[in-house]
Amino acid sequence: MSGMRDTYLIFRHNMRIQLRHKSAVLFGAAQPALFLVLFGPLFTSVGTWEILVPGLIVQLALFSAGLAGFGIVFDVRFGVLDRLRVTPAGRTPLLLGRVLGNVAVLLVQTVLLLALGYAFGLRAPLPGVLLGLALIVPLGVSLASLSYAVALTIDQETFAPMVSTVIVPLTLLSGAFLPMSMAPPWLDAVSRLTPFRYVVEALREMFTGHYATPAVAAGAAVTAALTALCLALAARVFARATA
Amino acid sequence: MIEVRGLRKSFDGVEAVRGVDFAVEAGEIVGFLGQNGAGKTTTMRMLTTLLRPTSGTAVVAGHDLLTDPRGVRRRIGYVAQGNSTNPLNPVGDELELQAMLHGMRAAEARQRVAEVLDRLDLTGLAGRVGGALSGGQRRRFDIAFGLLHRPPLLFLDEPTTGLDPQSRADLWRHIRALRDEQGMTVFLTTHYLEEADALCDRLLIIDAGRIVAEGTPEELKRRVAGDDPDAPVPTLDDVFLTLTDKERV
Ligand SMILES: Nc1ncnc2c1ncn2[C@@H]1O[C@H](COP(=O)(O)OP(=O)(O)OP(=O)(O)O)[C@@H](O)[C@H]1O
Ligand SMILES: [Mg+2]
Repeated sequence: MSGMRDTYLIFRHNMRIQLRHKSAVLFGAAQPALFLVLFGPLFTSVGTWEILVPGLIVQLALFSAGLAGFGIVFDVRFGVLDRLRVTPAGRTPLLLGRVLGNVAVLLVQTVLLLALGYAFGLRAPLPGVLLGLALIVPLGVSLASLSYAVALTIDQETFAPMVSTVIVPLTLLSGAFLPMSMAPPWLDAVSRLTPFRYVVEALREMFTGHYATPAVAAGAAVTAALTALCLALAARVFARATA
Repeated sequence: MIEVRGLRKSFDGVEAVRGVDFAVEAGEIVGFLGQNGAGKTTTMRMLTTLLRPTSGTAVVAGHDLLTDPRGVRRRIGYVAQGNSTNPLNPVGDELELQAMLHGMRAAEARQRVAEVLDRLDLTGLAGRVGGALSGGQRRRFDIAFGLLHRPPLLFLDEPTTGLDPQSRADLWRHIRALRDEQGMTVFLTTHYLEEADALCDRLLIIDAGRIVAEGTPEELKRRVAGDDPDAPVPTLDDVFLTLTDKERV
């Protein structure tokens, strides 16, 4: 099918572009890595690495895939998107190829973060880690799609400050740094309204070797729903993008 | 090759294109002239499926703009008024991607890119990033994107802006050769009236979103000269200024 070929072509092209800027890939993972190094040893005096690292992975996903829209702001400005849009390639492959490129970079960053975690004392079982990575894929797809949809909708100057501001409460409300079970009831309730809490909780279960639990099911379901929603939204925005 | 019916576009309140009708025959080189803001780019972006018309439609390269935009895209090339490369990416990579999105295989794409770059006198520059090219070189790369897949219909929005006289003459020659050898139809805008005069078989003049005149360069000059046999032969500049009805110093 030409849709799959086009998706692959765009994916490969965007991967190349991103990997050419290796320092950007590393810097994209710097924030969670710094938390791991400078906050982890403190945190593990009361908690465990298996509780902290899942939170840092979700933080990483928000920072990495969540900022994917940056790339398209430039491609719109430089006429690259229009140039691609006059080819017979479908609108969805043009979107999906980019999104998958962002997800691949996110996976690379996640593996680096996990390696660092292991060096510090994380001892998650391999099946749990692999399942976790499998959950990161749709999470990355949803965040990157949403980021593109927002970048193509709001004005370009607002995008960066807005997204970097929104990411902070989303990270905090996910319970990335401390389990939300420790929060006062109102904060716990607000946190339940955000999707990322369920992802963090599912990852924590996986990293402690519990797979068939309600939290894992909830995390998977929320992620699947979020992915479907964000992809549909982004596909719509992409189809009519850039007047 | 192009048949436009009542094409109209308004941007919340601004009527950029106010209902235009025209036709372009296969194998013609047609110049689309008009002042800044007259609606040329807007019309082109509608005809290349990038912008949805407020109303009206067109058949472009045999496909209906609204019901079969993909069919249109398969058969057109479009060189936008602005640039089309990211200054941080090697232009050769971008060209190969573009060729492959038009259905070429990798080897074919590579060969075709080399061929087009050769024609546009850009050989050896494919490894450069967009930001490391001169303005005129970048402009010729923009043009390359429109030619890769040998489209039967080519839209050029101010293709020669920023080119030196030599490159400009080369491009004219190249465009004429494409028409003569491949029967390519070309629809282009330009602000260089001597270019329009030399290159185009026929001209369309748009003013404030409406087509105000059309004909061969000769016909338009004759029309402006009127019946007075002693009047000096008008240039296309005279034609343009008269038809777009603006007092200029
Ligand atoms: N996205 C937009 N939003 C609002 N107004 C627009 C938009 N794009 C174009 N216009 C307006 O539509 C009119 C036609 O613009 P267009 O770009 O088609 O002109 P043009 O003939 O190509 O001019 P030029 O010779 O300067 O390139 C102008 O008044 C312009 O300001
Ligand atoms: Mg224009």
